[in-house]
Formats: sequence, structure tokens, C-alpha cells
Amino acid sequence: MSRRTTGLAVAIVIVLVAALAGGGAAQTAPTASPHLEAAKKEGKVVWYTSLVLPSAEKVAKLFETTYPDIKVEVHRTGSQRILQRVMQELSANIKNVDVIHTSDAGHYVLLKEKKLLAKYTPAGVEKFPAGFKDKDGYYYGLRATVNAIFYNTKAVTAADAPKRWKDLLDPKWKGKMVTAHPGYSGVIATHVLALVHLHGWDYFKALAQNKLMIVQSANDPTTVVSSGERVVAVDGGEYSAYQLKKKGNPIEIVYPKEGVPLVVSPTAITAFAPHPNAARLFTDFIFTRELQQVMADSEGLYTGHPEVTYPADKPKLNDLKLLTVTPEELEKRNDEIKKHFVEFFGA
Amino acid sequence: MDRSIAVWGGAALALVVLMALPLGWLAWLSVSGEHGATLANYREAFGDPALQKALWNTLVLAFWVGLVSVAIGAPLAWLTARTDVPARGLIRGLVLASFVTPPFLGAFAWVMLAGPNAGVLNTLWRSLTSADAPLLNIFTMPGLVFVVSIYTFPYVYIMVANTLALIASDLEEAAAILGAGRLAVARTITLPMVLPALASGFILAVLQALALFGSPAILALPAGFHTITTQIWSLFQFPPKTEQAAAFSFPLLLATALLLQIQKRVLGRRGFAAVGGKGGQRRTIPLGPWRWPALLACLAIMSTAIFLPYGVLAKAAFARAWAQPLTRENFTLGNFTFTFFEYGSTRDAIVNTLELAVLTACIGAAMVALLSYVANRRLVVGHQLVGFLALAPVVVPGVVLAVGLFIAYTRPPFVLYGTLWILFLAYLTKEMPVGYAQADSTFRAIPADLEDAGRVLGAGRLRILREITAPLAKSGIIAAWCFIFIGVIRELSASILLFTPRTKVMSVVIFDLKEEGQFGAISVLGLVMLVLTFGVVAVVQAALGRDVLGARR
Repeated sequence: MSRRTTGLAVAIVIVLVAALAGGGAAQTAPTASPHLEAAKKEGKVVWYTSLVLPSAEKVAKLFETTYPDIKVEVHRTGSQRILQRVMQELSANIKNVDVIHTSDAGHYVLLKEKKLLAKYTPAGVEKFPAGFKDKDGYYYGLRATVNAIFYNTKAVTAADAPKRWKDLLDPKWKGKMVTAHPGYSGVIATHVLALVHLHGWDYFKALAQNKLMIVQSANDPTTVVSSGERVVAVDGGEYSAYQLKKKGNPIEIVYPKEGVPLVVSPTAITAFAPHPNAARLFTDFIFTRELQQVMADSEGLYTGHPEVTYPADKPKLNDLKLLTVTPEELEKRNDEIKKHFVEFFGA
Repeated sequence: MDRSIAVWGGAALALVVLMALPLGWLAWLSVSGEHGATLANYREAFGDPALQKALWNTLVLAFWVGLVSVAIGAPLAWLTARTDVPARGLIRGLVLASFVTPPFLGAFAWVMLAGPNAGVLNTLWRSLTSADAPLLNIFTMPGLVFVVSIYTFPYVYIMVANTLALIASDLEEAAAILGAGRLAVARTITLPMVLPALASGFILAVLQALALFGSPAILALPAGFHTITTQIWSLFQFPPKTEQAAAFSFPLLLATALLLQIQKRVLGRRGFAAVGGKGGQRRTIPLGPWRWPALLACLAIMSTAIFLPYGVLAKAAFARAWAQPLTRENFTLGNFTFTFFEYGSTRDAIVNTLELAVLTACIGAAMVALLSYVANRRLVVGHQLVGFLALAPVVVPGVVLAVGLFIAYTRPPFVLYGTLWILFLAYLTKEMPVGYAQADSTFRAIPADLEDAGRVLGAGRLRILREITAPLAKSGIIAAWCFIFIGVIRELSASILLFTPRTKVMSVVIFDLKEEGQFGAISVLGLVMLVLTFGVVAVVQAALGRDVLGARR
């Protein structure tokens, strides 16, 4: 009895502090959610995410600051590894994950088909553009980024830098470029498919002649380029380049005129979630304007939220020519993408 | 008789859980198709050009690692065992450090040292010579051979140094008296006597290289080539091709068994008669003016295994940008605060690793102590088999064991995947031979006559065990405990297939971070791992009163 009273008192204090503090992500009044009480009893939410690690830990921390009674267990790895984890766990009948967030929209088609997703529409997403919403209401785009070309400003002048995707086929870049892997990263799987639409598989066959260094995560080509290990990255999440640039690393972004592959990274609650209420609370939280604004400001991501504003030094999504692929096609051609990539690049 | 039943019952159960079930499932799955038994998986695995290439790469890698390890290990062993090269203790200490360094950490450090463009050594080279081409490119087959070799040559070193320490010089002296020149002595006397040790060191090095996962994953994948281990691992990507992975595991298993058989032959055929005695004198060969150059050469080799990699790890741990000089602007403690306070997986991984290491080491040490005692004192019928079974897992490479365990324990009746227990089983199996070898040599060294004397004086077996055997065996068993502990904290090749997000261990977290390119956090965790390892090594040395590599102080 007394414990409950204390809990209530703590909740009231938190609400008051949050209201008085009146700023930051804590602004969303925790009591507003119908899931809060049940979520508190569950005590935590397990989040498999492909968001770059420091950003994922930041989102978790913001949630925990707003809801101190609920912990977020972050497990970050590449999109394809997440799918592998989830399916391997299910094959051993392990039900561990509450919220799945990857950058391969095709995963959600597959998971939905296998009835592994729970229907849930987070508050406020009805205003999001169509590309961010599943028509059946299972998954929604949490964040978006584009693939671009990146170069090291100490090694390459702006005039010399590649401007178009096909400039990367120039033999002068032989041994000087880096790519991430579609067998690890959903951002890259999406990128490869979009460029196959644009230039066909021949583009990648020719690209491989330039002997690229192969890394795994879509966040890694940009770190490789800023370290100077390679001077040009042929793909990668533009948001990680934006963060590196902000921190003073010698990296510059080129948005090719033919278009940049748009990657919308969905999030969904699993049908077997061990903490379903905490999962709903968490999902609501990550779609609030405040949190979406954080992603735009400090992480350099795009979002579907219409009220979010973007840093002045970033191009508006509307100003870029976007190359899009459908989740259905991504799902269908996943094996083909990986197979051809390995065939051309060797590993 | 009833005692035999208990021991054999326990051993049989352990054998089934640790070996028979995983390997049985592995064999079954490799030939299972939708319509009963089939060889289709083998055809698919070995017909695939990509997989054939991986097979070939592994052979090339293993062969060259064997040769380079001999080329490094044998001269070093000769120098420290037979000559008056200065600072022999230091050199032995450095070889030991290389022996216990997790190879994947070394590979990771060498990415920072010899990445063709940003690598610290290449940057230095360019600024010194204004050359355009890099001095070294670590993302190549030779680079991979080099990095694997500098952490594998201690196997050759140990074999050769311990043999040299046992061979008396009198045969060599006799030859010299009969008029043979120095070279002739080396060729006709010394070389034939250490040849079995050399060959068996070569085979051990080849086996290490065959089974390694971390270094190829870090160095070969960026260069666009696979080895067997990385290929097996990637077959688990969704949609998993477990059957093919099982089929692909078998050549690795067979190669290991075959090579070990050859090693046994080589060691068994000759050598021991001359090598066994402790009577003769071992003369130290004066190097004269070559003393200091020889020391320099040793230190140069060891710096590639120890000083440079450790240094660059330490630098990266404190740097914002690892490729830039460690200036005031580039200095940060942020990697430490991120790793320990912001990155949620760190704490769990360290706790899991320590829990597993302590548990495996305790149960493993108890098991090997019991088994080797039973075998050495011939307490049960068929005691010869006990040793054979305890050493048997040595033929199972980590990745193969993991594939077997994964298949066996993701399905009823025993679903262990997702718990720490599956990792525990993997580690216990994998470390059993090392622990058993250590415990076995301990009990061999305790003469049975001390126990018989106690018997004669009327003490019961338990009392003798408590008052005579246990005190004498204690330090050897502590050493076995430590070997198992060190083996567990550095294990990657089995863990990488068996972990779940709940049951991550440090090596897996480091590998995860590597795939994302988080160099700072990897360096911090790598340093933690090294500190743990060397702490335990210090305990072994204290317990044994000698260094781990085998020679008395």
C-alpha cells in the first residue's frame, strides 16, 4: 500500500518537475500515456536497433530521463544482423525483443507476412508522408537518411571530387575507395537496389574493378574516409557524415544530381513482445515532435514529422532528387542483392 | 568396480553432452535433405566457386602461417635456450605476452598501424620518404599471414625451446671432438634432434591458423576474400544455410584430426630417447660480437607483436581521431566515459565474460584434476581411455564446435541457445584439452611412492589425497584453472555463433563495435581485456614459480 503511494508521489513530482522545467525532450507529460502504468510494471523495453550506436544510446537515455522507472535495453547491430538475430532466437523459441528498428524496409514485409508484428499506430503519425507509413498499420518510418558520395577534403579538392555515381567508375580512384556491405546494412541494401534501378548491375560490376575496401556498417565508410584510410566513400548514411563533419573531421558530402537513394528506417512492435506496454510507450515517445527534432538537430537525420525543422547547413529533403524503392521489392530481391554484391566484390 | 561405474557414467554423460550430441547433429544435418539422406549439401557447398575459393585461401593462409611461425619461433627459441644473448628473461616474457594476446585484438591494432593509407606506420613512412605508395598493406593475404604468425609462433617457440632445454650438449660436443665444424654439428646433430619439435610446432601453428576467425574477419573481409571460418559464419546470415555450414565444417574437422595424427607420429617416432634425460650438461654458445645485434633482432620481432600494437591501442583509447597525432585537441577521455557509462552492453558483457570464465575455469579445473588423477593412478578399468577422451576436443575447431552446439541446442530436448549455458559448454569443451594436459603433467610429476608411503603408514585414500597429493598438485591445478580462464576471455570463434543479445561476451562486443567502426570503444575494451589477461598470467607465474611457457626459472 505504502509503496504504491510513494510511487504515485514520485510520479506527481516527475510530472511537476517536467512541467516546470518546461524544456527539452522531457516536455511530453508522462501521465498523458494510457500505457504508462502497465509499462512501469513491465519495467523495461528491449530495443534491437540499427541506429548508429551513440545515437541509439542517446535516444535510450532521453527515454529513461522522461520515464525513470522504465529501462531501455539497447542492442545495436546492422539491419541484416538484427533480422538474423530475431529469426535465430525464434527458431529456439526465445521471445526477447519488443521493438525492432532496422533500415531495411523489406524486413517488415517479411515479418508482417510471418505474423511476427503487432499492429500499433503511434500518436501523431497520421500527419507523416505516405512513404513513412505502412498501409496496414504495422510499421512506421522512424527516421530517414540518404546515401551520398563522401570524400576526404585533405586528399581531394572539391573540383576533383566525384560528382555523379558514374564518376566513381573512373580508374583514377582505384584502391582509394570504400563501400559498406548490403549483407550487413539495410541502408546499403536499399542503396544498391536503388542504383540498380538507375544504372543496372553493370554499374556495380564496373565499380568492383576499382578494388574497393569493404566494411560492414553504413556508418563506417564515412569514418574510414575521415581517417584518410580511403579518400572516397561510394555509399553510406549521410547522417553519420554530417555528424563527423560537425565534429571537425575532414569530410565533405556530394549529393549526385541523378538522385540519392532515400532510406526510410521503419520501427515496429513484435507480436510476441514480452513488454508490450513499454514497447507502445517507447514507440509513442520516439515519434514525438521533441524526439524527432533531436534526431534532426544533433544526429543529422531526416524524419517524417511535418513540424520538425532542419539545420540550415543541410539540404531540404524536397530539394534533393530522391531515388526510392518499395519495401516489397526490397524484400523480394534481398538475396539477389547480397549474392551479386558478394560475386562482384569478393566477400 | 562400483567406482568405475560412477566415473564412467559421468564421463559418458559429459562426452554425450559436449561432443557426441553436437557432432552427431552436425553430421546428420550435413547429409539431411527434404527427402531423407542426401549429399546435396556437400555438392552445393563444394561446387560453389566462392566456397572453393575460401577453402583455397584457408590452405594458403595456414601453410604460410606455419612456415613463418617456424621462421620466427625456432631462431628465437635457439637464441634464448642455447646462447648468451642478453635479456633472455625479457625475450621470454615478450613471447609469453604474444602467446596470451587475443589474436583479433592484434589484428585490429594492425589495421591502425598498417592500413595502407591512414595506418600510423605508413603515414610515418610517407613523411620520411615522401613516397606515394604505402610501405605495408595489411589488408592482403601476406598482411594476414604476418599478423596471424606473430601471435602463433609461440607454439613453435615452446616446442623447440623446451626440446633444446632437454637435449644435452654432449652429443654435439662429441661430434665437435670428432672434427665436425659448427655447421656440420648443427646439421647432423642438433637439427635432427629438434626436427620432431619443429615439425610438431609447424603443425600446431597450422592448426591455429585453420581455426582462427577474428583475424580473417578483420583483415580478409575488407580486402574482399573469405576463409573457411568467415564463410561458415556468413552462411548463418538470414536466411540461414545451416545444412551447408554443417557440410562445410567437415573438411576443417578432418584436416585437424589428420594433422594431429601426423603430429603424434612425428613426435612418437624418434627424439624422445635422446631428449628424455636430464643428466647431461647444456653448454651456452657464446655469440661474441653478435650478442647485441641478436638481441635487437629479437626485440624488433617482438615489437611487431607487442609494443606497436599495444601502443596504438593505448593511443586510440585516448584519441578523438585515431589516425591523427595525439595532440591536446585530439586527447579525450570520452572513449572511456562512452564505453563504461553510456554504452549499455559494456557492463553486461564484462559480467558475462567473468561469470563464464570463472565458472568454466572452476568446473573445468575440477574435471581435469579428477580425470587426470583417475587416469594417472589407474583407478578405473580402461583408464587409458579417460585421457584420450579429455584430449579429443582438440580436433574440433571453435567454429565447427559452435555450429554443432547451435544445431544441437536450439531444438528440443535441450534448448540452451539464448542462455549462458551453451557458451559454457562450448568453452568447457574447447578448453578441456589444454587444462587436461596441464593437470596430467602435474600428476605425472608427483611420484606415486609418496602416496604409497602414506598408505604403508596406514592412511586412507582420502587422507592421502588431502594431505599428500592435493598440496603437491595445488599449483599445477591453479595453473590449469588460469589457462582455462585466459582461454575463455579471449574466445571469439565459437562465441560469435552462439551469443544472443542477452548473452554477449567481451570478444563479441568488440567484434560488433568493429563492424560499426567504433575504434575508440574497441581500444578501451581491448585494454580491459589485456589487463585481465595479464593479471591472471601473474597469478599463474606466482602459483607455478616459473613462467607459463615451460622452463624453470
